[in-house]
Amino acid sequence: MAIELKMPALSPTMEEGTLAKWLVKEGDTVASGDIMAEIETDKATMEFEAVDEGVIAKILVPEGSDGVKVGTVIAIIAEEGEDAATVSASGGTAAPAAGQATPDQSPSVDETPADTGRAPSPETGAPESADSGTHMLVASAEKTKIADPEVPAGTEMVKTTVREALRDAMAEEMRADDRIFVMGEEVAQYQGAYKVTQGLLDEFGDKRVIDTPITEYGFAGVGTGAAMGGLKPIIEFMTFNFAMQAIDHIINSAAKTNYMSGGQMRCPIVFRGPNGAAARVGAQHSQNYAPWYASVPGLIVIAPYSAADAKGLLKAAIRSQDPVVFLENELLYGQSFDVPALDDYVLPIGKARIVREGKDVTIVTYSIGVAVAMDAAAKLAGEGIEAEVIDLRTLRPLDKETVLASLAKTNRIVCVEEGWPTCSISAEIAAIAMEEGFDDLDAPVLRVTNVDVPMPYAANLEKAALLKADDVVTAVKKVCYR
Amino acid sequence: MAKAVQPRDGEVEAPPATPNRERPGEPVRFAATKEQLLEFYRQMVLIRRFEEKAGQLYGLGLIGGFCHLYIGQEAVAVGLQSALEVGKDSVITGYRDHGHMLAYGIDPKIIMAELTGRAAGISKGKGGSMHMFSVEHKFYGGHGIVGAQVSLGAGLGFGHKYKGDGGLCLAYFGDGAANQGQVYEAFNMAELWKLPVIFVIENNQYAMGTSVNRASAEDQLYLRGESFRIPGIQVDGMDVLAVRGAAETAIEWTRSGKGPILLELKTYRYRGHSMSDPAKYRSRDEVQSMRDKSDPIDAVKRELEAIGVTEDELKTIDKDIKMIVANAADFAEQSPEPDLSELHTDVLVETY
Repeated sequence: MAIELKMPALSPTMEEGTLAKWLVKEGDTVASGDIMAEIETDKATMEFEAVDEGVIAKILVPEGSDGVKVGTVIAIIAEEGEDAATVSASGGTAAPAAGQATPDQSPSVDETPADTGRAPSPETGAPESADSGTHMLVASAEKTKIADPEVPAGTEMVKTTVREALRDAMAEEMRADDRIFVMGEEVAQYQGAYKVTQGLLDEFGDKRVIDTPITEYGFAGVGTGAAMGGLKPIIEFMTFNFAMQAIDHIINSAAKTNYMSGGQMRCPIVFRGPNGAAARVGAQHSQNYAPWYASVPGLIVIAPYSAADAKGLLKAAIRSQDPVVFLENELLYGQSFDVPALDDYVLPIGKARIVREGKDVTIVTYSIGVAVAMDAAAKLAGEGIEAEVIDLRTLRPLDKETVLASLAKTNRIVCVEEGWPTCSISAEIAAIAMEEGFDDLDAPVLRVTNVDVPMPYAANLEKAALLKADDVVTAVKKVCYR
Repeated sequence: MAKAVQPRDGEVEAPPATPNRERPGEPVRFAATKEQLLEFYRQMVLIRRFEEKAGQLYGLGLIGGFCHLYIGQEAVAVGLQSALEVGKDSVITGYRDHGHMLAYGIDPKIIMAELTGRAAGISKGKGGSMHMFSVEHKFYGGHGIVGAQVSLGAGLGFGHKYKGDGGLCLAYFGDGAANQGQVYEAFNMAELWKLPVIFVIENNQYAMGTSVNRASAEDQLYLRGESFRIPGIQVDGMDVLAVRGAAETAIEWTRSGKGPILLELKTYRYRGHSMSDPAKYRSRDEVQSMRDKSDPIDAVKRELEAIGVTEDELKTIDKDIKMIVANAADFAEQSPEPDLSELHTDVLVETY
């Protein structure tokens, strides 16, 4: 039986890629382990190896094809004893869209994921990646493209991924101030584990873009010391999960310095990297640390959603004289948003943004929660409930005024957070609403969050554990007594 | 007075192997002029009297919390820092930090006022004994987390190299901190990047109540950098001239771009770990014997007398110091506490 070679997913979040190069041609015999093609994603270039033996009967997607969806049949291999010519005749169509011939195996961001886990693929026995709960988050993000309302009318907008926006922010600031340097694991020669620092080494050289050993506690301390000595470090953690090894320096050394020295010794440093759940990486790689850092006086904590906010706020963070924890989200790195084409686009720290105006309920959220909240808001609009969605953007200092003003208008708050409920940002919002907005409340403040368990690996359990738009809809109806 | 450090009892020192890389030369005991020696004496006496006074004020309840005295270790800070350039070279240490500040020429009044938690203190009374800084002097603390200053010190060294300002960082830590993991993370990066850092282990033989050999598999702490190709030198930390000599060697090594170096200063603290430590883990005889035989101030005094400095000259210095310390204590007692409005200042630099 002929074997269909499908566009592989090279990372849990990859949905499409470029078939950069074929290293075999039709008629070639391949054996297990032979490299057949080079495939590029926005993160990396990977080699695609043969698993089965046989003869390349037909190449269906030519090299240089962009946007080849994961699961698309890209070639057919004839097994021993099969006639390659016959096999190719019965193969799929030659267009990249051929992947749609097996739609149940190609994750589509537009489909509404089913509530129950999908049956394993009959071929591989593995559940399809589309089942991952994080794909639901990404799907929400695909629908939620926010543009900055505060830029002058007529400003040119450029489609930019969050990844590029972060890089641009660092590059622009580094051009303007030679005290700024970037340090972390794989930030230089590898171009960033998530390609956020891509190109920085070429432009700024190895004095300012510095690969470290895998030694978070140590390099967080080196960066903090350098900041105390007058430099402006940007410390990248490959993910914030690993920053737990370094949290002592973030809190004890960086956050408390200005106070302990009576304002004499400063620590202008940015600790940045992806935070929160990624796809199918299990408990130790899927945690939202926002509430941890946001509880510490002396720190600024920022967690942007859109590319424009990522750029404008990272620039502000780098310029700040205070230590900043800048929480990114891996699932959002590849999402594109409009970013204003302005020479120096800097946003104020400590200001929330009303992403959607509404009169019936206030949904308070941040980071990838914005996508889920907007998704829910669209569903609620269909049922006659107009939700106001607030993206906090900065978690410390928290923009209470914007939250309380919205509460005064809608009289209801639902908090939406991709993270645990206990001692969360949502819990803080609920406390603020109680303490300072009690008379405006017509219903209890509800929290919609991840489930209060370590993140499971199994696709169905992960999906069950993660934040869902439908739960937001349910909670909103509850506070609206509908 | 210079003493070669002897190997442990029962051990035979192996013949020196041919080094597989460049190593610093054996330090030479510093040949101080009379003026230099008098200055060392003055600084060491200042530290001792200051610390004795701090102990008194603690007993009177004027100093709170933890208070770690430097008595017995004076030769280390004075010997090393006398070789540095204040304002060019940076210094960072742990929580036993009063002596290092005094040795860097920081006003005893504002240090003592910080200990008593007064507005005139160097951190406006908000840092306390363990958290004091003087950016002007490039004295970067004063850190309460054991070992944190080692990574931070590597970062200060990184800054000197990045800026190309010719400075180096002297990063002190104790024999207890020498077992912290981040120390070795910092060693690795410091050597990898050839950072101008002098790592100084002040081995006062007790990490709180735990003696070095109860906590350290390799108790010859100067060897702790070897895995990172950081050369180590063991120094008699009770002899200010031996310390200063080692400082010269370390500074020459580091300033010439050869990267970090590790000094282990064998020293001794006479007092408990902190004021609240009864020090039951060692005998009174042990302490008394160190005081009698190895006191760093007595040693300098003998050196000075040998070159003809009279008892009267030394007494004049002693009297001056007594006055300085008494004034510092008066200042620290009489200065007002910080205004309550200071509670909310200095949390962040900027307003958002």
